[in-house]
Amino acid sequence: MSRGRPDVVLPAGVHWRRRVANRVAIGGCVLATALVVLPLGLLVLRLLESGLHGLSLGFFLHMPKPVGEPGGGMANAIVGTLIVVGIGAAIAVPVGVAAGVYLAEYGREWLSGVVRYTADVLAGAPSIVVGVAVFGLLVMPMGHFSALAGGVALAVIMLPTVVRATEEVVRLVPASYRQAALALGAPGWVATLRVVLPAARAGVTTAALLAVARASGETAPLLFTALGNRFWSVHLDQPIATLPVMIYDYARAPYSDWNSQAWTGALTLLVLVTVLSALMRLATRNIR
Amino acid sequence: MTAGAPTRDATMVTVRERTPDTRRRWSADDAFALALRLASLAVLAAVLLLIWQTWLGSRPAIQAYGLRFLTGTAWDPVAEKFGALPYVVGTLVTSGIALLLAVPFGIGAAVFLSEIAPPRTGAVIAFLIELLASIPSIVYGLWGVFVLAPFLRTLVEPWLIKHLGFLPLFQGFPFGLGILPAGLVLAIMVVPTVTSVTREILRALPDSLRGAALALGATRAEAIGVTLDAARPGILGAVILALGRALGETMAVTMLIGNTNHLSWSLLGPGATMASVIANEFTEAVGKLHLAALFEVALVLFLVTLVVNAAARLIVLAATGGRRDVAGAA
Amino acid sequence: MTPAETPLIRTAMPARPGAPSADADNAPEPAAHLAARGFGLRYGTHAALTDISFEIPEHRVTAIIGPSGCGKSTLLRAFNRMNDLIPNVATSGELRVGSLDVNTPSTDVVSLRRRVGMVFQRPNPFPQSVFDNVAFGLRLLGLRQRAALAERVEASLRRAALWEEVKDRLDRSALQLSGGQQQRLCIARCLAVDPEVLLMDEPASALDPTSTARVEELVLELKGRYTIVVVTHNMQQAARISDRTAFLMQGRLVEVGDTRRMFTNPKEKLTEDYITGRFG
Repeated sequence: MSRGRPDVVLPAGVHWRRRVANRVAIGGCVLATALVVLPLGLLVLRLLESGLHGLSLGFFLHMPKPVGEPGGGMANAIVGTLIVVGIGAAIAVPVGVAAGVYLAEYGREWLSGVVRYTADVLAGAPSIVVGVAVFGLLVMPMGHFSALAGGVALAVIMLPTVVRATEEVVRLVPASYRQAALALGAPGWVATLRVVLPAARAGVTTAALLAVARASGETAPLLFTALGNRFWSVHLDQPIATLPVMIYDYARAPYSDWNSQAWTGALTLLVLVTVLSALMRLATRNIR
Repeated sequence: MTAGAPTRDATMVTVRERTPDTRRRWSADDAFALALRLASLAVLAAVLLLIWQTWLGSRPAIQAYGLRFLTGTAWDPVAEKFGALPYVVGTLVTSGIALLLAVPFGIGAAVFLSEIAPPRTGAVIAFLIELLASIPSIVYGLWGVFVLAPFLRTLVEPWLIKHLGFLPLFQGFPFGLGILPAGLVLAIMVVPTVTSVTREILRALPDSLRGAALALGATRAEAIGVTLDAARPGILGAVILALGRALGETMAVTMLIGNTNHLSWSLLGPGATMASVIANEFTEAVGKLHLAALFEVALVLFLVTLVVNAAARLIVLAATGGRRDVAGAA
Repeated sequence: MTPAETPLIRTAMPARPGAPSADADNAPEPAAHLAARGFGLRYGTHAALTDISFEIPEHRVTAIIGPSGCGKSTLLRAFNRMNDLIPNVATSGELRVGSLDVNTPSTDVVSLRRRVGMVFQRPNPFPQSVFDNVAFGLRLLGLRQRAALAERVEASLRRAALWEEVKDRLDRSALQLSGGQQQRLCIARCLAVDPEVLLMDEPASALDPTSTARVEELVLELKGRYTIVVVTHNMQQAARISDRTAFLMQGRLVEVGDTRRMFTNPKEKLTEDYITGRFG
């Protein structure tokens, strides 16, 4: 049977242990996947259970009320989040898109290598460190917390995402578009601005929105920059309430009324951040 | 100072032209390129800002404590004694627990998605796992405090104390909050990273590898073993990347870890991480030295994550053959 | 067309050791080792193979030839159920290895694949050492002691005509070998688990001419011990190394028979057209 080899005889068939191991391994992978996805389900269900009933128009329009008084809302925090994220986006999106275009179009210079590496470094920086750094940069010299400082902190966090994604998307634009524009006599910058960038518009917008969505959910960088505010404020040089920070405060409070509002706030935040990200991802999947 | 225009005769049609100068003239193109370069420098500026500000702010503490800062365990703002060791240990322990749980489950899920699941089911589940990655940390923290901690306190921790209490790791009281819950929620937060990077690495492997193993009479699990073995360097990169994320995580950990600087062996007891002590004490810092000490903690945290992330990216880049689109999934 | 008018084929028939001799037609027919009876295979709605019936004799080399897309690889892969890796595959009819019907639900695919080895078009060694590559199948079977493994690894490498070239570098990565060496390594890897059949899917098409020649020599050496089925798009190669040839077109078997006879005096016009290069 061993074709002329007088030595070890190989077993015929498959040892039962191998079959069992096969079943166990594959079953294990299925189980692992189920356990990985499980928290998502648990989380969403609990958020709906605890937060949905508090979701009313009043939640979005009313100001926080002292403990015990019914009808409090998070209006100032929601507006505050919009303002702070808006400042961050206003800084990070133009700068990030420009840097991303630079990397895509001038990708072979030594500077671009440095920038790319630095963007990766920035992406990995803990958000609380960003908060501390902006505290030192803006809050200490200004002498007080401010919405502006919060916006700058979020801008730093958003920047690497926008840069990377823009570079990828612009690279995907066929070189022939640019060449056609140049052949028609357009200078380089016009080709980039008027032809390449518009072609990449969908991807860039998605990337920007993804970065914005993610930044909206950040709490740590706002703790010592924008701080928080129980009152209505839209001044850029004053502390301002934001949704994540308010959720944090309400969650830690010993009042069940506030805890309940924290759940509602968290549900709102989840919708804002995760649902938006999911829609963006689905949209890009179709484009690709 | 213009160069001499070429001589013409009457037969040449004069057209407005860009004269080729020996000295470059400033064109709109150059201005545009400059603007782009300046924007890119903003990225550099941001990182320099982080390093510079954290260093600047920590100088008083560095001068006062030197290296004892990292080895001391006393943290007394009033007496102005600051030793960050408990926080470094707390960070490492919670991240360690997170990796210990996230790596096997994450790789198992990645294997399922890339080798076992039918393509459409796999895509849906992969999408769900990506969603997990986008949930804000504060939401995890909230859920952790009100759902996970009570669950641990009432069901899991008593069981651990009863059956594994001979180990110093599992001695103490079931608080619900502490190092173990923090590590657990951190694992949940970090698993998507492990899964998505590992999945991309497995997908990048050629089909012929699996084909060769199966054609030799391997079971499906044995063929998967071959692909995992081939993917080992990349998976290592994924793990280190996940470590980088875990180290810097703040909100969920802060809400669950109990916040004490007391070092103990028990995983069931409270602890603190570098991120959590900053989050807790920064706005209430007692005095300049306290603030500087917190700045220094931030600096240490930043440097640690910097090194870890750099290592991870290098490994992932090498393992995926330098394809940045795959590495960008990380 | 008389044999004299087919110069292309004549020059493709040099005398080589082990090559079919002039009295191949008179030698007793060896027992059929593999057989297909009315075998068909569909990918979804597309019929890749229809009503294939023929036999593959033991310890001979059988070539499967045909134009691109005719289903020759699909047919080859059907013998060790490698088509299972493709979704929506459905088979009909019978396909046998020895007395075993390959497609019944009770067939153990894992042990089938050990009996029926496969060499792929592009060499695909594992990113492991040379030794570990050849030992892979042996370790699956439970062989663990280093001495026994080493013995079988050496025997397999010798039989694949690779031993001399790698004996001093068994622990180095297989990926450092040249293409031809890697392919012979893959053959050694197959041989280590003692298969009865070797299925080879265009084994030399990714190799340079020298390596191709070595692989062809190897096939001729091996056929005494193994039943070999080779898919090739190179007719001269089929003529050089095979005893029998099956000609497929668009999923159907056009003609099958003794190689020499088929190439000099094909029965079907289609076969003749293909062999003389009129199409494909």
